[in-house]
Amino acid sequence: MGVVRTTNAIGLTKADYGGRKSTLCPGCGHNSISNQIITAAYELGINPHTVVKMSGIGCSSKSPAYFLSRSHGFNGLHGRMPSAATGAVLANRHLTAIGVSGDGDTGSIGLGQFKHMVRRNLPIVYIVENNGVYGLTKGQFSATADLGQTIKKIGTNDLPPIDICLEALAADATFVARSFSGSVKEVVELLKAALHHNGTAVLDIISPCVTFNNSPDSTKSFAYGKEHANPLHDITFIPLADEIILDDYEEAEADGKKPREVQLHDGTWIRLRPLAMDYDPTDKMAAMRVLEEAHLRQELLTGLIYYDNSRPTMIDSLQIVDTPLALLSEAQMRPSREALERVMASL
Amino acid sequence: MSLLETKTAEQQAQGHPIVNDFSIVAATVNGSGSQTANGVILRALFKMGIPVSGKNLFPSNIKGLPTWYWIRVSKDGYLGRQEHPAVLVAMNMATVAEDVAGVVPGGVVFYPDDWRIEFGRDDLVFYPMPVKSLLKDVDVAPRLRDYIENMVYVGAVAAVLGIPLEYIREAVSFFLGGKEKAIKLNMDVVEAAYRHFREHLPKRDLYSVEPMDKTDGLILIDGNTAGALGAVFGGVSVVAWYPITPSTSLIDALRDYLALLRRDPETGKATYAIVQAEDELSAVGIVLGAGWAGARSMTATSGPGISLMAEYAGLGYSAELPGVIWDVQRVGPSTGLPTRTSQADLMFVYFLSHGDTRHVVLLPGNMEECFEFGWRAFDLTEYLQTPVFVLSDLDLGMNIWMSRKFDYPDEPINRGKVLTKEDLDRIQSFARYKDVDQDGIGYRTLPGTDHPMAAYFTRGTGHDEYANYSERPEDYFENARRLLRKHNTARKIVPKPVIEHDGCREAIVCYGSVEPAIVEARDILRDRYGREYDYMRIRALPLSPEVFDFVAAHDRIYVVENNMEGQLRQIMMIEMPEHAARMVSVAHLDGLPLTANFVVEGVLEQEGK
Repeated sequence: MGVVRTTNAIGLTKADYGGRKSTLCPGCGHNSISNQIITAAYELGINPHTVVKMSGIGCSSKSPAYFLSRSHGFNGLHGRMPSAATGAVLANRHLTAIGVSGDGDTGSIGLGQFKHMVRRNLPIVYIVENNGVYGLTKGQFSATADLGQTIKKIGTNDLPPIDICLEALAADATFVARSFSGSVKEVVELLKAALHHNGTAVLDIISPCVTFNNSPDSTKSFAYGKEHANPLHDITFIPLADEIILDDYEEAEADGKKPREVQLHDGTWIRLRPLAMDYDPTDKMAAMRVLEEAHLRQELLTGLIYYDNSRPTMIDSLQIVDTPLALLSEAQMRPSREALERVMASL
Repeated sequence: MSLLETKTAEQQAQGHPIVNDFSIVAATVNGSGSQTANGVILRALFKMGIPVSGKNLFPSNIKGLPTWYWIRVSKDGYLGRQEHPAVLVAMNMATVAEDVAGVVPGGVVFYPDDWRIEFGRDDLVFYPMPVKSLLKDVDVAPRLRDYIENMVYVGAVAAVLGIPLEYIREAVSFFLGGKEKAIKLNMDVVEAAYRHFREHLPKRDLYSVEPMDKTDGLILIDGNTAGALGAVFGGVSVVAWYPITPSTSLIDALRDYLALLRRDPETGKATYAIVQAEDELSAVGIVLGAGWAGARSMTATSGPGISLMAEYAGLGYSAELPGVIWDVQRVGPSTGLPTRTSQADLMFVYFLSHGDTRHVVLLPGNMEECFEFGWRAFDLTEYLQTPVFVLSDLDLGMNIWMSRKFDYPDEPINRGKVLTKEDLDRIQSFARYKDVDQDGIGYRTLPGTDHPMAAYFTRGTGHDEYANYSERPEDYFENARRLLRKHNTARKIVPKPVIEHDGCREAIVCYGSVEPAIVEARDILRDRYGREYDYMRIRALPLSPEVFDFVAAHDRIYVVENNMEGQLRQIMMIEMPEHAARMVSVAHLDGLPLTANFVVEGVLEQEGK
């Protein structure tokens, strides 16, 4: 009996979405995020050659080498990935950009580029693999580390953390989500939704550093994540091909919690089934409030925190042609001899 | 007194009229709207067929500080700066003492007649201008009064120097876009002043202009506009920038001409994108990201922006990313003199970044080259797969120059070594950084290429031929060596120097905007001192083989440049240590363009040393 090859809608196997062997520490949260990116891309049937993987510098930024080997990658400068990604997407508007950054890359050195990218609403899935610590330089606090947290050799952190999701909201982000690298299904569903979002999708994924920041009192540790992760809702991404299953509604009505559905620009849906509370992710004030409240309670609030599909993307605003600017013909790029003569005559 | 002004003074002392050979300065207050008035005089003289150049010496200020506009009128076609004007239009009480002191003996001063001051010069001819009383009769809105005041001096200068009014009218119409009402308002003032001078103030000075035929078929333009036009005809598609003097007008011109020339005829949509970034770090990141993904991309900045771009410049060199970076040089270090010119970024740009880095740097020296290098930079950056810098400066970029009309690019667009899906079908394996052609330049693929072999991982970290991460010593060494090989390929294809080799043993060498001063200086050195020099203007880094040959063929090389430390000479000495002793530095920097006088004295002073 031969081996049955399982393929997705475009005939690729999951292995076709794989990458090189990870050189991160065994057990690193970033590795599971890489796997979840592979799963999401495979299940959505994304053509790997249409993806560009962009990253900065740090442990997180190494990880694009470990997934989607058939996609072009760009491992650039510390904190400057948003600008390179902006250039790449401007050059070819049909590319799907996946940016992978870390808390040092986004929260410290790159906070400016991050916020301006969000403000421009560049179409990109922007993942922050957030572990609150600098790993490659051996364990310094990052800007997202907890106030009062202690690391041996380094001391106690006396600064409040920067909240990536709040920063994104303040910059008028159109898709803001938080999750925990150990919450496999939630991360995959959020990634799928983000990949269908037209605009900047910010995913702040708490991803424990098993080497430098995994003591149970750290909000970025495995133990803390497992204990304190508090999903706002049960999230499911519904591709165009899938019908909405009525059973869900019946079941929901039975327990009095009706799922909230949000349609993305391309007609796909995100279904959010309320858990502890009925949360409206299109209410920006509510989003800010729940984030602040979770922060006060030292709680890891996960799920789709904010969604807005009304704001134009950077590509929309620029009113550029559909042909990628990288692939313009010579006739489109170089005005005619007569055009130059007209300009010369006007001077 | 300088050599040139000695000549003028001699003529003046003998009572000879001086025709088409002097400088005019309008000393005004920044923000008073004098630019149109100055432009009108410049353009009218140009349209009379007289060679001219216009230089704006402006402050880093929006309104209130002094500003000077220099117009050089030269029957011999010399376009460089002169140290002293013969004609002064004094419109700024704050600087008038200094301004009058600078006028050559026998020169002319126009001033508003309501100034009650002693000028302290009895060797000049003073013409009072009844600015207030002339404006009384003109129906002008109060908010336009300051601006229109300047038209009084246009009329006065035209009457005294002999610029026919039809040339003034044509120039006014040019600047006002043919708007009849505005033209009439301005011309009413010009004509009133003109009549007043013709009727009431007989000419007492020796300076005048006469029509010539030396500007037929030429244009007036600034280097930033020329560079922008070059980029448009070079197919620029992504522009990212951050505002900084003196490069901003390059982007302004790009925006105007792209909107005019780069729209899809069917949809009206843009075939380009312009992004004002949050800083220069981001601007150059966008440029190199776009270059990586296959679009022709550029930015324009000045020294402080270049400092910020250093980290991306290193990535561009190391990861081999195309992108064009214009540096319109101003005076540094730090904020320096933001509105003054220099050539002091040369070394920094050539070696920009930590580690062993050498960039390709184009050095335009006139308007045609700003245009030509504007488009050629894109062919070079994509062919060489490395950032290409274009070093202009404020003097070239923001001042007004005469030029031949620009030639349409004489070569088709060259996108360099890019493998398509079809190419990949034909080959067995793809190694991004393999030196297949032994010229140091690998083959690249663009993101989005639909082929399982197309993708590679671009990185600023050490890598092997396949772009995989590598810390192996031999991988690092081989890659660095290949990059040097590529640099040597660049040496052969960058613009060659302009050389005038007449068998002299000594030569003058320069780059960029100092050429006009040297052209004039060589004539003076020959005519007045009997000394002749060969000449070479370098037009790019790395230095072409022709530069090495030229240096080897001369006993003594005077390297003239507008910086403190003789940076071009230093680079030449690094590249040609065996000839270092024959290279003599004639360098100076005070924020102003070099003059012929400086070059003459600088060369003579070093003679025999």
